[in-house]
Amino acid sequence: MKRFSAFNAVSLTLGFAFLYLPMIILVIYSFNASKLVTVWAGFSTRWYAELLQNEAFLDAAWVTIRVAVVSSTIATVLGTMAAYVLVRAGRFHGRTLFSGMIYAPLVMPEVITGLSLLLLFIGIGLDRGILTIILAHTTFSMCYVSVVVSSRLVSFDRSLEEAALDLGCTPFEAFRLVTLPIIAPAVISGWLLAFTLSLDDLVIASFTAGPSATTLPIKIFSAVRLGVSPEINALSTIMIGIVTLGVITASLVSKRASIRQQAEAQAAVRA
Amino acid sequence: MRRLTLIAIPYLWLLALFLVPFLIVLKISLSDTAIAIPPYTPTLDLSEGWAGFKAFLSQLDMENFTWLTQDDLYWKAYLSSVRIAFISTILTLIAGYPIAYAMARAAPEWRPTLLMLVILPFWTSFLIRVYAWMGILSNEGLLNSLLIQIGLISEPLTILNTNTAVYIGVVYTYLPFMILPIYSALEKMDDSLLEAAEDLGCSRLQAFWLVTVPLSKQGIIAGCFLVFIPVVGEFVIPSLLGGSGTLMIGKVLFEEFFNNRDWPVASAVAVILLLILILPIVLFQRNEQKQREAEG
Repeated sequence: MKRFSAFNAVSLTLGFAFLYLPMIILVIYSFNASKLVTVWAGFSTRWYAELLQNEAFLDAAWVTIRVAVVSSTIATVLGTMAAYVLVRAGRFHGRTLFSGMIYAPLVMPEVITGLSLLLLFIGIGLDRGILTIILAHTTFSMCYVSVVVSSRLVSFDRSLEEAALDLGCTPFEAFRLVTLPIIAPAVISGWLLAFTLSLDDLVIASFTAGPSATTLPIKIFSAVRLGVSPEINALSTIMIGIVTLGVITASLVSKRASIRQQAEAQAAVRA
Repeated sequence: MRRLTLIAIPYLWLLALFLVPFLIVLKISLSDTAIAIPPYTPTLDLSEGWAGFKAFLSQLDMENFTWLTQDDLYWKAYLSSVRIAFISTILTLIAGYPIAYAMARAAPEWRPTLLMLVILPFWTSFLIRVYAWMGILSNEGLLNSLLIQIGLISEPLTILNTNTAVYIGVVYTYLPFMILPIYSALEKMDDSLLEAAEDLGCSRLQAFWLVTVPLSKQGIIAGCFLVFIPVVGEFVIPSLLGGSGTLMIGKVLFEEFFNNRDWPVASAVAVILLLILILPIVLFQRNEQKQREAEG
């Protein structure tokens, strides 16, 4: 039996207080009536109202969402292919380089990734805008997707696929009907990871965005450089709310799915 | 044929958008600054064929790298980045280990919830998490007004725009990266080992040092690299929480590129930054490999 001591309880309490208090304070102060961010002057939703009228922020939010949806979807397709190649394709010429190119972007400092992509885009004369941000985000997030998906593929029972092939499936059908449903949770969490990475990225977007398209993190960064602002507090609260809701829903869904799977497995054993 | 297509698509994508851009950085770092668009020479002119390529190669030189070693700013920035990353890695370890340890000892039915509570901040915008500290640490901020109200201090402490604020920001944002690998190492630990150590005459503290810490070594190493490597090149935290005295290479590179528009020097800064990080990256990969082999 493991012992859970008073020391353990204190470290958990302090640790979670440290992780959550700053964000809770941010949320509380987004409802502050005062422009002075540290003086409490009563409850108000005026900063949310002002935020909704700030067109620059709304435009940037729209660009950010479009970039995130498109880049994470392409990244999921490419990343799943890359994972399949890493785990299943066996030996081929240039495999070491390939796996190196998958793992290197994960540890590459963002300033270098951003700088190098910008120099490429300028070199080939591609105008910076929404397309270049999508290309940049797809490239680094496909590596995250492929790491998530390949860890699932490794633990996958290959004989299931072989059975499908023996029963007359084409390789693509076997992938679609057998492999994909089994690795689906990893593919979905890969997509979610790519989506949040794209929403969140400031540095790479700063290098690859042009005057025609600005993302929300770039806008937030240039606003907060001048100091704390109640409008940004309101915006942050909305973003924290969306993420919290998303993560809680996702975990509830996966919990229910696993309970259902267990029940099915038990029923199968009984039958 | 189908296999070839499957390999070729992600392969070509990464070649074009990861490897080639990096080679361009390498090339520009060896070029000269020029007042032109793009602001560097020489540019490779493929239409001149082999002669053009030779002319291009002969114009490359190490000038930017020599310049980097001569100017104090750069090597001080590298040193200070590595030092800040090192100190904040140690601080994150000190803060993260007790949390991971307590999570591993919590009742099994609580663990998924605790795990989710550690991961949740990771899904929240990095920028917002750093920004949250600006309102807390500033001179008129919450921390100072709280400390003045309870009478601990009479004058506000200057924390924002100092290295202290950078350390707080790094520990706060990178804490989950430290907790998760340590937790996954500790969770697998067999508690009877601790009982055995105590039966054999160890005190609880000795048992912790002699049994628990060595068994979680791989988690500690992984966590430290996961914090250290990205913090060396960190840009957001020093720009928002650091001050004029905070010298970090990610910030220098950003400014060199956007404010001074000196592309060759910015590229040379990037190449050296990568050289500094190659050793920790290789060590990290080796640690991961060892772990995989131990499990597999």
